[in-house]
Amino acid sequence: MITVTDLRKVYQQGNREVVALDGVSLEVPKGSIHGIVGHSGAGKSTLVRCLTLLDAPTSGSVSINGAELSTSRDQDLRTARRRIGMIFQHANLMDSRTALQNVAHPLEIVRTPKNDIRRRAAELLRLVGLAGFEDAYPSQLSGGQKQRVGIARALASDPDVLLCDEPTSALDPKTTDEILALIQELTQRLDLTVLIITHEMHVVKRVCDSVSLLAGGRIIEHGPLRDVAANLGSELSRTLLPLPASEPLGAGAVLEILYSGERASAPMLTSAARRFGIDLNVLAGSVETLAGTQFGHLRIQLPDGADPAPVAAYFGEQGVSVRLAEKDAV
Amino acid sequence: MNFLDELITNPGITKALPVALMETLQMVGISGVFTLAIGLPLGVFMHASGPGGVRPMPATNRVVSIIVNITRSIPFAILMVALIPLSRFITGSSIGPIAACVPLTIGTVPFFARLVESALRDVDSGKIDAALVMGSTRMQIIRKVLVPEAMPGLAAALTTTLVTLVGYSAMAGITGGGGLGRLAYNYGFQRFDTAVMIVTIVIMVLLVQGIQWAGDAAVRRVDHRNAASARPGKVRRPEPDTAVGI
Repeated sequence: MITVTDLRKVYQQGNREVVALDGVSLEVPKGSIHGIVGHSGAGKSTLVRCLTLLDAPTSGSVSINGAELSTSRDQDLRTARRRIGMIFQHANLMDSRTALQNVAHPLEIVRTPKNDIRRRAAELLRLVGLAGFEDAYPSQLSGGQKQRVGIARALASDPDVLLCDEPTSALDPKTTDEILALIQELTQRLDLTVLIITHEMHVVKRVCDSVSLLAGGRIIEHGPLRDVAANLGSELSRTLLPLPASEPLGAGAVLEILYSGERASAPMLTSAARRFGIDLNVLAGSVETLAGTQFGHLRIQLPDGADPAPVAAYFGEQGVSVRLAEKDAV
Repeated sequence: MNFLDELITNPGITKALPVALMETLQMVGISGVFTLAIGLPLGVFMHASGPGGVRPMPATNRVVSIIVNITRSIPFAILMVALIPLSRFITGSSIGPIAACVPLTIGTVPFFARLVESALRDVDSGKIDAALVMGSTRMQIIRKVLVPEAMPGLAAALTTTLVTLVGYSAMAGITGGGGLGRLAYNYGFQRFDTAVMIVTIVIMVLLVQGIQWAGDAAVRRVDHRNAASARPGKVRRPEPDTAVGI
């Protein structure tokens, strides 16, 4: 489990103070994958560097399974860091080392006996699906394979936490899915706590159990994937279940509805149409399965002159989130 | 007497040249070893203590940097003469190839150290971050990341330094170091013996070419940064096990 409490980072830039992190707190339970999303400049990179203490936070604390990282110095910090395995966007492998030697690197640092190093490193390469590539140099591997070596290396010190900094942002879609599947598989198998920092919503949809939205150095929305997706109108919900832009047909009221779970299949639209004797136009829609739950996000338009209030109330009774669409969002 | 006859009869070529070549090799070899032994740690220190290094020490770094710059700004011919007392103190003599190694080493160490510093600077900081997160000590970062990853650049730096040393050693030869420089000066310049001059030049050219060739070969050997230079054929490349082989 990783716990971050009120993490602040202020950079001095000339005479100006730049607040990169403004009190970030989060908690990721053991065995789960947490995504941190945000646009560039939101503070993602700073957060990663503060979590591993590559940069010292100005204040606040980071602890792993109760062991405090942020107050540790030198020797303690080095020991504490070994509880974190880290994966980088560009793998950051040593070019002068073969795949096996790269995985062996963290083991050499703690002076593991030579024979154990070889055996363990080969085992880890097998674990990430790279058996037979022991003697390949990074330059001979594809981007996805390099990332696999990076994952094997991150796991070499037997960490409790896997910190992934944009792990798939440099990979093509197919390789992205393979790497994500690997991370997910390893999380369950090794009971890891995983933190994925990314700007790709796809990554969150695919593997995350919970998610935080970072903006301006603060976490402005967070929660289990299911809950944030179901929160109609929130930014995370909008990015998880995006609606394409659409032109309204005529002057009728436009509603946005969001339903999930078993209600997804309920024929609400037709039942509403029958009940109120009106035609409903679907302007845009997005239907996805997130964290095992089906979600539907629709933009519908009522006929000209129809009162949206009773229709909205009816949807509400059915357990569907509903709101009048903002004019500019339509 | 034609040129070819002279090659086998001129005592400047048959007797003095082999001795001079040995002296030059001695000077380049000995000062090369000392330059490596002193310049590599110095270059590592300058990088490590510099801004963004693994152990920033701004004040010390500035002092060392200034000393290095001063040494580099003195032309070698002057440095050599100025260091005669030091050579005598260290080697017990101010003439001969061994004595010449003192100014040669002092002249090339700062040059090599700067090249080392810049080779280390080319190592991607992401690799250092990766090693830090593993829990590496500073020394482990230097020995397991910085130096190995900069190895192609370091090999190239050493090659350039050795070539520079060949040139410096010729200059050192004139003020008492011996070697090919003195041979070319004494025979070629003072005695107008063109044959010796030409042969000396040819040998110097071959020497430099040889060093450069060996250096380039060494760089290729240690460079695994792109697939073309990473020696192929040694790697088994089975089908990647893409289906999460767990």
